[in-house]
Amino acid sequence: MRIALFATCIVDAMYPATAKATVRILERLGHEVVFPSGQACCGQMHVNSGYLKEAVPVIANHVAAFDTADYDVAVAPSGSCVASVKHQHPMVARACGDAALEARATAVGTKTYELSELLVDVLGVTDAGAQLGSYFPHRVTYHPSCHGMRLLRLGDRQSRLLRTVQGIDLAELPEQDQCCGFGGTFSMKNADVSSAMLQDKAANIESTGAELCTGGDASCLMHIGGGLSRQGSSTTTLHLAEILASTMEEPASVIGEVRVSTGKALR
Amino acid sequence: MTTFLGMPALPAFGSGNLFAGESFPTAAHRELGNAQLRANLGHATHTIRDKRQAVVAELPDWEQLRDAGSAIKQAVMARLPELLEEFETNFTARGGVIHWARDAREANEIVAGLVRDTGETEVVKIKSMATQEIGLNEYLEEQGIGAFETDLAELIVQLDHDKPSHILVPAIHKNRTEIRDIFLREMPGADPALTDDPSVLAMAAREHLRRKFLTAKVAVSGANFALADSGTLAVVESEGNGRMCLTLPETLITVMGIEKLLPTWQDLEVFMQLLPRSSTGERMNPYTSLWTGVTEGDGPQNVHLVLLDNGRSAALADEMGRSALHCIRCSACMNVCPVYERTGGHAYGSTYPGPIGAILSPLLTGIEAEENNSLPYASSLCGACYDACPVKINIPDILVHLRSVDVDSKRGKKKVPSQMDVGMKAASWALSSGKRLGLVEKGLPLGRLAAGPDRKITKLPGIAAGWTQSRDIPAPPAQSFRDWWAKEHRNAGGAPGTPGTPEAGPSRTPSPDTKETPQ
Ligand code: SF4
Repeated sequence: MRIALFATCIVDAMYPATAKATVRILERLGHEVVFPSGQACCGQMHVNSGYLKEAVPVIANHVAAFDTADYDVAVAPSGSCVASVKHQHPMVARACGDAALEARATAVGTKTYELSELLVDVLGVTDAGAQLGSYFPHRVTYHPSCHGMRLLRLGDRQSRLLRTVQGIDLAELPEQDQCCGFGGTFSMKNADVSSAMLQDKAANIESTGAELCTGGDASCLMHIGGGLSRQGSSTTTLHLAEILASTMEEPASVIGEVRVSTGKALR
Repeated sequence: MTTFLGMPALPAFGSGNLFAGESFPTAAHRELGNAQLRANLGHATHTIRDKRQAVVAELPDWEQLRDAGSAIKQAVMARLPELLEEFETNFTARGGVIHWARDAREANEIVAGLVRDTGETEVVKIKSMATQEIGLNEYLEEQGIGAFETDLAELIVQLDHDKPSHILVPAIHKNRTEIRDIFLREMPGADPALTDDPSVLAMAAREHLRRKFLTAKVAVSGANFALADSGTLAVVESEGNGRMCLTLPETLITVMGIEKLLPTWQDLEVFMQLLPRSSTGERMNPYTSLWTGVTEGDGPQNVHLVLLDNGRSAALADEMGRSALHCIRCSACMNVCPVYERTGGHAYGSTYPGPIGAILSPLLTGIEAEENNSLPYASSLCGACYDACPVKINIPDILVHLRSVDVDSKRGKKKVPSQMDVGMKAASWALSSGKRLGLVEKGLPLGRLAAGPDRKITKLPGIAAGWTQSRDIPAPPAQSFRDWWAKEHRNAGGAPGTPGTPEAGPSRTPSPDTKETPQ
């Protein structure tokens, strides 16, 4: 299958290892990966902040980058960006009265999958250890991000894949379906509330004794990881794709300094 | 007097207790500092939402019921004027009197006038969101009329001269010791030996209320539903105090928002399944009272209904937002909301807190009302409210819609654009082309430099300061994925692609970049 990778802006710029891991997984399954280089961002930040006018060129760019490309399905290692592509792009196009863009956006959305959705539903991965060689001998806890869980209805696809990774010690996260408090510009506009939510999420993560918290959204993980780091926690975050791509021969790097010198506690 | 106001060409926005006195972030900051409140709230919301989850899971057709509830409400909104007329005809034919109120002031004046006509100076009340919304108690007090709340939680809040902070459990922010202290201080004739045992407290309230019920000649109520085909009103409650108000006095005055209509009795069937399970987590609520006009020799002989607009026509005119009027005030959305759970209801300012309040208040008052334009941002858009809502109000989408109305309403009005405006414009430019994003990413090594030797960015300026208030940002990578891909691709023999052109990856598996640190 020819699979187009939508790296998402945050993964492209901040977490290239997540995109590389996604490529590795797909190639290991024998698929060809293409990268439509016109892509940039899904525009979710603009839409969610109410800047629809500014969102339109971003959305139009995404639609143009993907509807001219030659591929069978598109994939992104981010539930919220996929939800934006599927749900918000047609919605914004409709709100702006651009029927042609709406139709093209809908077509692109239909072909776009979140990573675990593609692996489980389309590529038939039921056992990551056996089919991908996934090996990750660490204690891990998992946070299902809101948009994957509620907008995409990913269900247990992500945790099912994680459970089949060899060597993994998966600890259940208490109150896992609670929002981590990121919410894009919410974390700046309502910084106090966002911090309070993050504080509870971090405490729940710490209570599991996990070395790492994983999930399917780089942005939520950046937020959670940033909070853990500020608290001086030794727990870090790592994207699901990197755990799935990790093998005995090529283990994902989880060692690296993550502690912060300031060590200030969350407010 | 029955005058049909109809749909004014330019619907007026609502007034009364719908406005926040300060911005949400400011109020939230203060409320977050109250550790007792957070503990009380966290405990209470968790208990109710677990109960709700359990009874909802019992019903195999819960999703179909939600669909039905949503469809009925949509149909009601589509023909609200004619349903209201049908209701008016039937209610009047059975001896009731209808009054139309455009806003809070009109509604208050109508109620006060009706009480005055009876010659009474006291009324008993059953918990009603509509009368909270219009500030009826305060208005009646100004007119020399005492209004006594009879719902236990509402009574506690009233005795404490406080405001409700939850639409179903108005005293959710108080614990039982605080309640005992309020009773001792404010309840006439309270036993000085009162303990904080819930049953002792309930008995004390019961004695207090009994005295009121047996003497009151006038009652004021709200209504959960109104059935157009028969002119019937319905109140759903747990304690039976509402039923005392609805049956004992001679005069009953109901205040109800115009959106509460259902076309037929049959439709009530759906909502009687949706409401109790969603609100109190019960299969069925203990008391459901239905009344249709006047029955000679039984119950109140003067039955009035004040139909309240107060911004509802305006909300109805907002095509994207109008489904907020489907709300049956069950409170399920606030019980699952992570923002509400931490700030409590007072942070929202209006009578309607939580996710529904964040959309309903600005819809009723107009988003231009400065007091309410921070409310649509009081959400991380996690979607828990939409999942819980028994009538499937898509609160996250309406929040986004209201944010866009807010942003647009400010466009051009400001002399100097805000930091947010500037940032969003710049980001739009950078993110609407792969080439431009690639250019911006060339600056990543700079960010790496800024991060310093511990590879963390711990302080950002301006609006981004909110982020670094409690979070670090990892140092950016040395190379973006885009650059890495282009290089790999070139090494593999292909030419770097042009925008919009897919570039096939190298056929070999690229080796992992071990230099990357965890996120
Ligand atoms: S919006 Fe929905 S969940 Fe919230 S109170 Fe109204 S009906 Fe209940």
